[in-house]
Amino acid sequence: MRYAMAVDTKKCVGCSDCVVACQTENNVPIGFCRDWVVEVIDGTYPQLEVELRSERCNHCENAPCVRCCPTGASHIAEGGIVLVKPGKCIGCGACIASCPYDARFPHPKGYVDKCTFCIHRVKQGMKPSCVSVCPTKCMYFGDLDDPNSDVSQVLKKRKHKTLIPEAGTLPQLYFLI
Amino acid sequence: MATRRQFIRITTMGAGAVIAGAAGYKLLGNERNAAHKAAEAVLTGRTPTYCEICFWKCAGWVYRDENGAIKKITGNNEDLNCNGRFCPRGTGGVGMYYDEDRLRTPLIRTEERGKQSFREATWDEAFDYIAEKIKVISAEHGPECLALFTHGSGGKYFSTLLRALGSPHIAAPSYAQCRGPREVAFQATFGEAIESPERTDIRDTKCLVLIGSHIGENMHNGQVQEMSDAIDKGATIITVDPRYSTAAGKSKYWLPIKPATDLALLLAWINVIITEELYDKPYVEKYTYGFEYLRDHVKNMTPEWAYGITTIDPTVIRETAREMANAAPAVIVHPGRHVTWYGDDTQRMRAVAILNAILGSWGRRGGFYRPETFSIAEPEHPPFPTPKRSWRTEFPDLYKLADTVLANGVCDATVPDPSRHCQFQGWIVNGTNLIETLPNQENTLKAIQSLQLLVVIDTMPMEITGWADVVLPECTYLERYDDLRVGPHRKPQIALRMPATEPLYNTKPAFWMARELAKRLGVIDYFPFEKIEDQLDWQLKQIGSSLEEMKKTGVKTFERPYEDLYFAPGENVEFYTPSGKIELYSLSIEEAGFDPMPKYTPHEEPPEGYYRLNYGRAPMHTFSRTANNPNLTDLMDENSLWVNPGVAKEWGLTSGQYIYLENQDGKRSEFPIKVRVTERIRWDSVYMVHGFGHDQKKLKRCYGKGASDTNLITKVLVDPIMGGTGMRGNFVTFITDLKSGEARS
Repeated sequence: MRYAMAVDTKKCVGCSDCVVACQTENNVPIGFCRDWVVEVIDGTYPQLEVELRSERCNHCENAPCVRCCPTGASHIAEGGIVLVKPGKCIGCGACIASCPYDARFPHPKGYVDKCTFCIHRVKQGMKPSCVSVCPTKCMYFGDLDDPNSDVSQVLKKRKHKTLIPEAGTLPQLYFLI
Repeated sequence: MATRRQFIRITTMGAGAVIAGAAGYKLLGNERNAAHKAAEAVLTGRTPTYCEICFWKCAGWVYRDENGAIKKITGNNEDLNCNGRFCPRGTGGVGMYYDEDRLRTPLIRTEERGKQSFREATWDEAFDYIAEKIKVISAEHGPECLALFTHGSGGKYFSTLLRALGSPHIAAPSYAQCRGPREVAFQATFGEAIESPERTDIRDTKCLVLIGSHIGENMHNGQVQEMSDAIDKGATIITVDPRYSTAAGKSKYWLPIKPATDLALLLAWINVIITEELYDKPYVEKYTYGFEYLRDHVKNMTPEWAYGITTIDPTVIRETAREMANAAPAVIVHPGRHVTWYGDDTQRMRAVAILNAILGSWGRRGGFYRPETFSIAEPEHPPFPTPKRSWRTEFPDLYKLADTVLANGVCDATVPDPSRHCQFQGWIVNGTNLIETLPNQENTLKAIQSLQLLVVIDTMPMEITGWADVVLPECTYLERYDDLRVGPHRKPQIALRMPATEPLYNTKPAFWMARELAKRLGVIDYFPFEKIEDQLDWQLKQIGSSLEEMKKTGVKTFERPYEDLYFAPGENVEFYTPSGKIELYSLSIEEAGFDPMPKYTPHEEPPEGYYRLNYGRAPMHTFSRTANNPNLTDLMDENSLWVNPGVAKEWGLTSGQYIYLENQDGKRSEFPIKVRVTERIRWDSVYMVHGFGHDQKKLKRCYGKGASDTNLITKVLVDPIMGGTGMRGNFVTFITDLKSGEARS
């Protein structure tokens, strides 16, 4: 099993619903976020292009945050999801520094927090809350090992990219372009 | 393409935050695990509601944890307005409940108006005070001198109260400050208004034309969803906007039009479609009136003519017109929503309606469908007394086609003037922050200062509550019942709002407030049910449902009585216009004394060193209503001023710098605004999101954040046809020296 997500930049309007839905689903304290929206503008008026995309932990196959964690709190769980065991985390911040995607933050309760792909929902057969809420339906989630999953299907059909591939992290967050 | 790249992380929360200090380490490892586990529990306790953060009214579920605390809100999968997906504002609705700045108890003014000196009062004291004043006003001036301004569900109950007292003056700023010209224009053309949610069949369209409508930034949920579906299906999107909007970024064609010239472009499109014979001939012949007049009228309005006005290349005008015709009838020239721009807005919306008519999109799949509304029995009560006076008599020969009470009309007729008889004496303001809603704030304040009574009902302290004599704190939509939502859609559907929890503080629902006032004013017969839940149950039982059932399902969908979502081929359709046809040549507008077909007239342009002030929306906010919401300010806590890089260079402006704005009348923005230098805007205009720059100190989170566009809208271009207040004729210049505040020129 290999969980992955694809975000359609042609449909995302950057409304940040994914951010609020994640906050209320996962009790993320006000002032912090596990996912966020990026706007990239290319060109000069009036020859312009704007890319909007919802970003989060890339759940890398070769995850620097896991490699550098001194206590084993950061680990790769079933389905390739990168998780933090709050009880084992000493809040040293090495993982935050190592993440090329700036996907982790220090939770005020003293551990490092990040996107879990809403594993608690996924286990119950639901989609991550950001995917469920998105008004543009621009996010696809599922198991890459299952050729019929939403994410496998859409990646087969559409041109896509990953972020900072040169870091060699083998990210599992794809962007449809 | 030039490689100038700008990278912005829209949501900047937590960015650059340092690892929590010693205080953060109080929890032991296992406690941290427990806290984390609790955060991940899948909640099951839920009650239905429909959202009150905007007018779209999506139906959803409010989830509580085991202690009964509200945790999250999600969409109801069966709801036609949201299809199970709330927008950021609806999802962030929890913040409206938890906002610690909420109004908590009734307040009565103690010093002069506007000083914000209040004493806390009991509900009885507050109601007695209001009832006494209303009795005096009714006796001395007549009940017609009472007016209600409303936006939102509670307005219904105060409306019943006012009508029972004998006043017809129920005004909604959502009309003359927003969508009024659209409704009047479509009424004149097709005999029916667009209404809300819009009857646009975006889901099945092949070509969507947005002219000044920024879907995706306006988060009108169903429309955003359907635009996304249309993108998936390969629909062509054409966006006309001086700003590279989010929708422009999804479009095959972006027409970066010179502001205030849209009508010329629309007429040129009509010209191309007629001269190239691209119009729907059988449709035009069968259903429309005045085609020959129209053909003559637009004869000289060629793309070359429009080019000099709009700066849009004639080949692009022709190409986009052909795209529309190729897609027809599955094409939508979107009527937009906030359309009060330049004072000739009814005529501009007429051009939109005419363009749709000749493309044959009205009543067709992928164009405009026929909406269906569910009708719910109203409890019986005595007939309302017939009012003796109307606001209209104060404006002889003006705004003849306004089909509802104008908020600005009531406001103007409140300001003492020897030429007017019915000077309004009492205002009840429900859920609308009039100070930021009506343009020309000075005029609004003048009106307020001449009132005998100003009652404000709201959940939050707003600018308007500061001016009130009595403030009535309403509980949020998460803590109350309201009437069933019956709004129009493809199928008739009803939705229930019920309280997820008891109201916080000493707050109450509007139904109860209006009824308590009715008791004191001797009109209780108009409120036959003591409890709203009994009324709802009675209404639901009339249609074979019940409150019990609706509590479980939240929404109930019915079948249409007839299979008539679209016109059947060859169907004989009667339109509710004077000719019974779709009027390309409008008899009703002609009778009112205006041009029966739209004409382009140039609008004033910004003087040297000034830029047209454009304003719009951000997807995570609904104006003042969400400005202080903790979850939503987390996403966006101030607005910024979009400035073209060329202009920025000339003025030496850089992104992140704060400046003041001053308009053509010397009106200065109350607070500075952050500059955003961006390629996404033309050099002749600037842009900001509406709803910021609050000067109500009780709004602790948003006080003084950003600038208010309303503050700078002192020039109002009133539409003579229906009284809409055009607000895009204001020009601003930059004041970069924050200390001296001196203008450059």
